[in-house]
Amino acid sequence: MRQQKGKRKYLLRLLVYPIIVLLGVCFILPIIFLLSGSITDNIEWQERMTALLMDTKGYIEWRWIPDYPTGEHFKRLLFYTPAFMKLFWNSIKIVGLILVGQLLVGVPGAWGFTAFRFRGRQMLFTLYIILMLLPFQVTMLSKYLVLKEFTLINTHAAVILPAVFSTFPVFLMYRSFTAIPKELLEAARIDGAGEIKTFLFVGLPLAQGGIMAAMVVSFLEAWNMIEEPLAFLQDKALWPLSLYLPEIDIAQAGFSCAASLITLIVSLFVFAIFRDSLEQGILASALKG
Amino acid sequence: MKLKADYSCTLRNRKKGRGWAGILFLLPGLVGVSAFVLIPFGDVIRRSFYTALSGQFCGLQNYTRVLKNQAFLLAAKNTFLFIIVCLPILLGASLLIALAMYSFTYLERYKALYLLPMAMPAATIVLVWKLLFAKQGFLNGSIGTEIDFLHTEAAFFVLLGTYVWKNIGYTMVLWLASLKAIPTELTEAAKVDGAGCLKCFFYIILPCLKGGLYTITVFSFLNAFKVFREAYLVNGAYPPEEIYMLQHLFNNWYINLDFDKMAAGAVLAAVVLGSVAICLKRLWDKEEN
Repeated sequence: MRQQKGKRKYLLRLLVYPIIVLLGVCFILPIIFLLSGSITDNIEWQERMTALLMDTKGYIEWRWIPDYPTGEHFKRLLFYTPAFMKLFWNSIKIVGLILVGQLLVGVPGAWGFTAFRFRGRQMLFTLYIILMLLPFQVTMLSKYLVLKEFTLINTHAAVILPAVFSTFPVFLMYRSFTAIPKELLEAARIDGAGEIKTFLFVGLPLAQGGIMAAMVVSFLEAWNMIEEPLAFLQDKALWPLSLYLPEIDIAQAGFSCAASLITLIVSLFVFAIFRDSLEQGILASALKG
Repeated sequence: MKLKADYSCTLRNRKKGRGWAGILFLLPGLVGVSAFVLIPFGDVIRRSFYTALSGQFCGLQNYTRVLKNQAFLLAAKNTFLFIIVCLPILLGASLLIALAMYSFTYLERYKALYLLPMAMPAATIVLVWKLLFAKQGFLNGSIGTEIDFLHTEAAFFVLLGTYVWKNIGYTMVLWLASLKAIPTELTEAAKVDGAGCLKCFFYIILPCLKGGLYTITVFSFLNAFKVFREAYLVNGAYPPEEIYMLQHLFNNWYINLDFDKMAAGAVLAAVVLGSVAICLKRLWDKEEN
């Protein structure tokens, strides 16, 4: 009986392993595609894409390794396209300020929800969840009107401020704060720690993973945002990098691949650095649910 | 004995006084949320009762206009359809992969492959999709057909695939976290009692997962609206009928300055989404108790 079970598990393993691994590789094929596309020069792109560009019969050819690899796209992007660098730093500025803002506003907010009981707490939290679920288009108008009142339209603040006060990070961090056992908080209070000290020295360190995870998710959101800057920033010089990519014509596919890759590399970098905290944080945030 | 009485007295008093401190922690967040979301939304509610051009009070006229609007009915139907199709598919697929990783811990090292799609900017995805799904694209090339996936009703499935591809990693990690939280004594006890794998799954694992289901559903629901980005970048403001969603509609109303319809539509959408959030929360709270 035992032998049968072991054999069954072995066969299952034989079936499941390749599926999961191959599926995973398929998932990142677009990234590999970008890599190969960005070192293919324009002439090769033209050759392969004639069917698409001329809208004739036939198909696009593809070769994973180009016949004549080139760095011309990267050279052009990094040295001859000042717009790219300007937008790159715009993105860095916007995303950086958003993350700092969310930390300053959202972390105490999540703590406020977890560590205290006050009247209307549940209602307020439900309100936060509702606000979080509303797609941008539903609150777009109201945000526009408020930003217009403060004459913030067409400045970076128009994109930064609403994002700083988003209720999404509060929700993400709330879950990992609730994982902290109440006894620890009680112990801190008994030992005479004031509210702020409890927050800073007990709450924060214990919820570190969750906060990091929330920040990584927020970073990805902010780095790739499209709707907000499109709606509130008319001046193209203020645009973040995420809006530069759609402007590149498909005939410039190689260049577009290179630009995409650079935009992506920053995200991958953040991912790689915070991978362990990310998983830890997601773990903590899922458990209490 | 006297000390004990004093001690608990102090604790009780402190508990009473503690509540308002929670509000202090939440205050900066609340101020921002009120300023940028709640108060302007209140203004939008007010606007939904006035006409855009003349500023006259018109009662529920805007609401009736919106509810009879063909575009609105189409968009609402499509959005609803998309969500009830994509959510179960995402939750099911990610659960399957999570189960595989839970049963065979060797596979966990491939988690990163599934998480990477989340980091890709929308414009990059659109670039790859254009080459993959065009009439002369790679997909058609490999199966020898000429379906224009992006500009016909097949676009619905492209969006569906995009949604699953992007979110399966994060959802799977959430499931995995919930799975790992199931005490192994339960599954071991069941196995000792002679339960096979399938019985184990249905009677032990599934019920334990109900807790994580709320968080996972909220996130997946939230992300379902984000496919608008890819849809907008591929097909612009007026995509094929089948994928014309509420976000497209609101976006067009915004561009055309149809603020009165937009206001009424936004209030309706908020009411519906709010009720969904509250229903979900009720279900989850019931489970908790």
